[in-house]
Amino acid sequence: MIEIDAITKTYDEIAVVDDVSMVIEPRTITVVVGTSGSGKTTLLRMINRLVEPTSGEIRLDGDDNRSMPAHELRRRIGYAIQGHGLFPHRTVAQNIATVPRLLGWEKPRMDAKVAELLTLFQLEPEIFGPRYPHQLSGGQQQRVGVARALAAEPNVLLMDEPFGALDPIIRAKAQDDLLAIQKHFGTTIVLVTHDMNEAFHLANKIAVMDKGKVVQYGPPVELVRAPTTDFVKTLIGDAERPFRLLSVANAAAAVEPGEAEGEPIQEDRSQQDALAALLWSGRDALPVVSVGGKPIGRIKLSTLLKRAARLQ
Amino acid sequence: MKIRFDKLGVVIALVAACGVFSSFAVLKPNRILQGQAQSILDALPSGMGWGLLLVLVMAGTAAVLRMTAWAKLIAAAAALLVLVLAMGYAATFLTPSGNSYARVSPASGFWLLLFAFALLAADAMTRLRPPPWMRILFLVIAAFGIGGVLMSGSWNGLSIMKEYSGRADVFWTEAGRHVMLALGSLAAAVAVGLPLGIFCHRFTALKDAVLNTLNLIQTIPSIALFGLLIGPLAWFAATVPGAANIGIRGIGAAPAFVALFLYSLLPVVANTVIGLAGVPREANDAARGIGMTDRQRLFDVELPLALPVILTGIRIVLVQNIGLATIAALIGGGGFGVFVFQGIGQTAMDLVLLGAVPTVAMAFAAAVVLDASIEMNFRVQNGARSA
Repeated sequence: MIEIDAITKTYDEIAVVDDVSMVIEPRTITVVVGTSGSGKTTLLRMINRLVEPTSGEIRLDGDDNRSMPAHELRRRIGYAIQGHGLFPHRTVAQNIATVPRLLGWEKPRMDAKVAELLTLFQLEPEIFGPRYPHQLSGGQQQRVGVARALAAEPNVLLMDEPFGALDPIIRAKAQDDLLAIQKHFGTTIVLVTHDMNEAFHLANKIAVMDKGKVVQYGPPVELVRAPTTDFVKTLIGDAERPFRLLSVANAAAAVEPGEAEGEPIQEDRSQQDALAALLWSGRDALPVVSVGGKPIGRIKLSTLLKRAARLQ
Repeated sequence: MKIRFDKLGVVIALVAACGVFSSFAVLKPNRILQGQAQSILDALPSGMGWGLLLVLVMAGTAAVLRMTAWAKLIAAAAALLVLVLAMGYAATFLTPSGNSYARVSPASGFWLLLFAFALLAADAMTRLRPPPWMRILFLVIAAFGIGGVLMSGSWNGLSIMKEYSGRADVFWTEAGRHVMLALGSLAAAVAVGLPLGIFCHRFTALKDAVLNTLNLIQTIPSIALFGLLIGPLAWFAATVPGAANIGIRGIGAAPAFVALFLYSLLPVVANTVIGLAGVPREANDAARGIGMTDRQRLFDVELPLALPVILTGIRIVLVQNIGLATIAALIGGGGFGVFVFQGIGQTAMDLVLLGAVPTVAMAFAAAVVLDASIEMNFRVQNGARSA
């Protein structure tokens, strides 16, 4: 659990982060969104003390994050940034093993961890381990960057626009990978982005920052249904609202018993995907199957239309 | 089949042709007087002269035609070797027997031919794109080749070697001093300049002041700087106990060392600062973010990434110092400059060459070795830095 308690950071009398308090639950993904200059990156960097707050306190599992030297704190918190920040003069394996090496792990344990992470990120350890970062594609570099952040098995992972430099197709893949990794390790992730689609795709909770303040902090649905300020409304986009609602709910939640014709959809896809499939094929209902492929019912177009409305 | 020409090769062949038709060697009655120019056919027994011409024509043809780089390199090496050996033989052939005053020196034609085929060799080597280790291997082979020619005694009849044989002991003492001056001041400059550069990078307020001061020092003419140092060092030697005993004096090696050290500082400090500033911002941020201390970041990330640029600075300093150390002889600092200034004083050009040629050779070798090491260092990260 990360408790951010009345944190303020001022530069030359100007508050970049202004009296922010929020509690980040363990094993969740919290996405901090806002325009550039809203203070979201500064807030993130105060968690691992890359920026020291002017006032306030941040507690990790109850302990003040200033209770140990900053570099020791950072070794226990994963950190991944836009443009990956890999060390160009170190191989992929050496890059990933950076924090374990700083922590003084034994070599066999380091090698095992590197191999485990590379495999997890679908990079063949024998092929990619000895390569240098410039020999990888952008998407591979980004995966190695995240793998390095996870090497010492941190409970908390901070990510600053980690997918900002990727093209849309690779970005979508990277986001799905991150969700799978988060499920695998149960890591608490705090991710900063300005991409609302990314926020809705990943977040358990979204914090919207504007001019140094957190103006709304809650589950994505709440942001759509009850935006607290005009800024939040603008950020979500009026025209996007019904689709955002559908995008954060699983198809499974809209299933009813019955049969339907045509191409089925998997239950873990979003309701937005289901709606798109219905509209595109011109059907009134479509069959839903489990992840294993077993039919479990159908989704009707009318159900989705109702679910996309402000009030249900 | 159409014959295709190599553009640079044509230029090389033209230069070589000029060389062939200019004088090959000069025969002087003694080491100071003007001499009498001799063409290739005059300077060598006729069979050998025609043989040399044949080899030169063949190598020139190899230069003109489009051939593989290896073939050109071998042609150039053969031409150079034959030229050098012929020069040595010409010395023995031209010197009247029993005359110990007469001197034979290479003349303009020889130098032109040497230049032309050295250019051909250099061009062929560049085309081979040799990896760094191979360039060092080429250097070693060349060094052994030159050493072999000198050791064999085939050049002993030449004027420059006669100048050497009279001064063999002094030559090696001065060589040692030259290396000491050039390398010692470089080592001192690295020992001081590297930390100073790191310091300037961390505290930007200091950077401009330090770099401007060093820039100013760089603009002082070297002879003036030697002169300026005489006063303070003489005072230092007179007042600080023991200073005079370790060789610190107003003139001699001490001011030369200090001056070279001061000149070396700017390239070392400036390149350290530039190298550190060029470390990718993300790599630095990530290094901090994953928990490196400032010290670990400096040694694990910043210095390794800045190393190619720092080494470039060291290369500049080394080549510059090897050349500049020649002037140290003016204030009694020793080094190859001793022969240069003695030679100028006696209008004995071959004595000047005895000082100048080893200096140039040393500077050239230092440049090749350091370039190779920079490239070896850079290869690992070239994709990230240059692309």
